Amino acid sequence: MSPSGAEVLKQIKAQIDEVDPADVKDGLVNGVVLVDVREPEEFEAGHIPGAVHVPRSYLESRIENAVPDREAHVVLYCASGNRSAWGAHALKELLGYRHVESMRGGITLWKDRGYEVEVPRALTKEQRERYSRHLLIPEVGVEGQQKLLDAKVLLLGAGGLGSPAALYLAAAGVGTLGIVDNDEVDLSNLQRQVIHTTDRIGVPKVDSAEQTIQAINPDVDVVKHAVRLDASNIMEILPGYDVVVDGLDNFPTRYLLNDASVRLRIPVVSAAILGFDGQLSVFAPYEGPCYRCLFREPPPAELAPSCGANGVLGVLPGTMGLLQATEAVKLIIEQGDPLIGRLLLYDALAATFTEVKVHRDPECPICSRDPESISDEEMGVFPDYEAFCAAAG
Amino acid sequence: MGVTVSIPTQLRGVTGGDAEAQVSGGTVGEVLDELFDRYDDLRDRICEDGGLRRFVNVYVGGEDIRFLSGLDTEVADGDEVKILPAVAGG
Repeated sequence: MSPSGAEVLKQIKAQIDEVDPADVKDGLVNGVVLVDVREPEEFEAGHIPGAVHVPRSYLESRIENAVPDREAHVVLYCASGNRSAWGAHALKELLGYRHVESMRGGITLWKDRGYEVEVPRALTKEQRERYSRHLLIPEVGVEGQQKLLDAKVLLLGAGGLGSPAALYLAAAGVGTLGIVDNDEVDLSNLQRQVIHTTDRIGVPKVDSAEQTIQAINPDVDVVKHAVRLDASNIMEILPGYDVVVDGLDNFPTRYLLNDASVRLRIPVVSAAILGFDGQLSVFAPYEGPCYRCLFREPPPAELAPSCGANGVLGVLPGTMGLLQATEAVKLIIEQGDPLIGRLLLYDALAATFTEVKVHRDPECPICSRDPESISDEEMGVFPDYEAFCAAAG
Repeated sequence: MGVTVSIPTQLRGVTGGDAEAQVSGGTVGEVLDELFDRYDDLRDRICEDGGLRRFVNVYVGGEDIRFLSGLDTEVADGDEVKILPAVAGG
């Protein structure tokens, strides 16, 4: 006669290592990977802080994403210690994890002991559906999606770079998208500024962008700043945002932005484009270099090329704007290696990406100093500033 | 085999459209001098007062020469030198 399920479970438990919740609690600080193998709704109702969620039904197929190292010390838990026992057995016998244990008594015993439980804010049913492809990748998951929904990103310009960035950040569920732009949609914009449409020519870009964003994702709160960013308003607009996506089209405002963002310690995902060439970097104040560390001064106006005068391939800002959106998302969910201290160069004609190093300049006029010492008067100013602005009109 | 210098789009107007130039090695200063001999108008675009303009960076092997030995940075056969002016288009 075949053994009963209870008998097999007993045998399984005899073949694996079990660990007491008290030991798990003490071990949490020592690099143990704790895996919650329960169903999504159980996990969302409350889990052990720091636990990774891999449901039992996907354990064998997805554990490698969560725990790539077969030598890692892994502790599985479920509600009462049975599903985690089956899981530990599978990881040990089928997948070769050498240090895998099941937590005896599961989260029920953990709670009985009065240990801490974290209850995540739940996504709605619609959000779970909308962001399901995010929830499937461990680097985002519910936690990362929640960070995106809580995030506030400021887009400087709803133009060539800002358009694609805004579309994807909206789709990704960034909760607040601020947009600074005082232009109106022009026919010549539509070759690349894909957030706008032909029937919105003459409409303020912030309104047109809002309309598109709302149609993509009603979760997003659009904050419209229909002004030209300058020294008089930048310190009112920037505070409160987590990340700035810089798609500005001129040097003076880029320097002003740099100095204000250093002062406010807000990271800037910066891209610039011309012709077939794009440049991209992340300026994280005091963690890496700032824009002035990269280029101490802007070129004089007569040598400052612009897309308006020199042209740009319509697809190029799409490529660069989406790389910006990617970096912004990475900063928000705190995953991967941000493009800090590196400048990525894209040559569309040659179809090459190259990278050069960007160092913090110990003599940087801005970020070598305390943020508090940067005054309103010197923000965005450089030696030939007056002449530059006069020439630029 | 020499040194390959890559020239950015906005300077190709003074290099007759050349995106790359092969020069002999030495130092970055010597590399640039060789380019200036070849392209008359390039010097004014990237240099002033005997040094690089402050909106132009030069990289050797991906490293900014300001953090190496500046124009005295040595360039060997096979090295890639990149001239990169600031761009602000959006």
